[in-house]
Amino acid sequence: MTSDALLFDYLLRLADSDLILAQHLGEWIGHGPVLEEDIALTNVGLDLLGQARLWFGYAGEVEARFASRGRSEDELAFLRDASAYRNLLLAEQPNGNYAQTIARQFYFDVWHQLLLAQLAHSRDARVAEIAAKGWKEVRYHVERSAAWVIRLGDGTGESHAKIQSAIDDLWMYTGEMFEADATERTLIAEGIACDAPALAAAWHEQVGAVLEQATLITPALAWMQSGGRRGVHTEHLGHLLAEMQSLQRAYPGVRW
Amino acid sequence: MSVGDRVLEPTLDAIWEMLAAIPDPEIPVISIVELGIVRNVAREGGDVVVTVTPTYSGCPATEMIAADIRRTLTEAGVQHCRMETQLSPAWTTDWIVPAARERLRNYGIVPPGERATTRTIDISGLRKREVEIVACPRCGSTRTQELSRFGSTPCKAQYRCEDCREPFDYFKPH
Repeated sequence: MTSDALLFDYLLRLADSDLILAQHLGEWIGHGPVLEEDIALTNVGLDLLGQARLWFGYAGEVEARFASRGRSEDELAFLRDASAYRNLLLAEQPNGNYAQTIARQFYFDVWHQLLLAQLAHSRDARVAEIAAKGWKEVRYHVERSAAWVIRLGDGTGESHAKIQSAIDDLWMYTGEMFEADATERTLIAEGIACDAPALAAAWHEQVGAVLEQATLITPALAWMQSGGRRGVHTEHLGHLLAEMQSLQRAYPGVRW
Repeated sequence: MSVGDRVLEPTLDAIWEMLAAIPDPEIPVISIVELGIVRNVAREGGDVVVTVTPTYSGCPATEMIAADIRRTLTEAGVQHCRMETQLSPAWTTDWIVPAARERLRNYGIVPPGERATTRTIDISGLRKREVEIVACPRCGSTRTQELSRFGSTPCKAQYRCEDCREPFDYFKPH
């Protein structure tokens, strides 16, 4: 693959995780446990959707350099099947109860902040500026999700049990965040991609500190699921895409 | 305005003035220029190029702002205008002009970075945390409480005043 093709694939990974998580957060509209949380969830989703659009926009430009044409952000979002999606498995896990939504968000937010801080120094100027902009937004995401982990963990017996079980259940999807395949290793060597394996120590430290404060037990290292970057997904992604893409699939190119 | 068959387009200064009259769609008491999102106005060939930076990546007002700019310039006789988006340097609330801050407060939004004081709260047993206290824009009380880091727009947080009991927004420093 040319380096543009590698970069295109990498940009899809960044865009897809943002988009899929944003879509899940959007599912909470009108269903949040309190009005403020309903608004907060969708605000976070909106930030992620905006970041996804910036990544998709750049991905389309990069695609045009090596393919006959570059796809638009809508084509990339609405006309790819699950096996062409490159998002983290964590991002596609269902909303579940509120503790599960918070645990998923907390794991993602801590990683996302570390990732964007590194990408802000990418040698690819576009990657660097999109990351620097997103990083400022993600600071608020981390504060909020960490505060909720503490509030639920150090709350009632029931909230403690629910968040501990969510923290345990989603743990196996966190290993993938620190993997680097051949695509990423090439781009890391070129100073373009983030060295994801190098984020693991800081992530474990930050997550561990919040879990301790929340009186929760950090799960032990265990078997980690993997596959999102290769297009091998859990069953949840197909359902999400079926809903998200139905309009464009039924009425291609429809606008309002 | 036209002289013979030559159409006179507004000067760049005049365009800046027109842009300074376009209100932010979500916070109409301040203009898009005062908000600091218009980064440049230039003439390139026959085009007027307006460079805008988004406040937040996903701010839904971005497209409406672009449409407002386009309509204003077209009505003023600009034949060809082009919008460009600039992401770097990333927008910061430091770019909001001082004159707009008082108008924000009168509108019920505490301007960014304006902390009345700090207070130590007990969050978990023996652990304590310093929190920023934002004064109520209506009654000035510092007995206020953050309800959520996220408000009616991505750039604001929601607060409540314990004295006058009114909810209000705080423009988050960004």
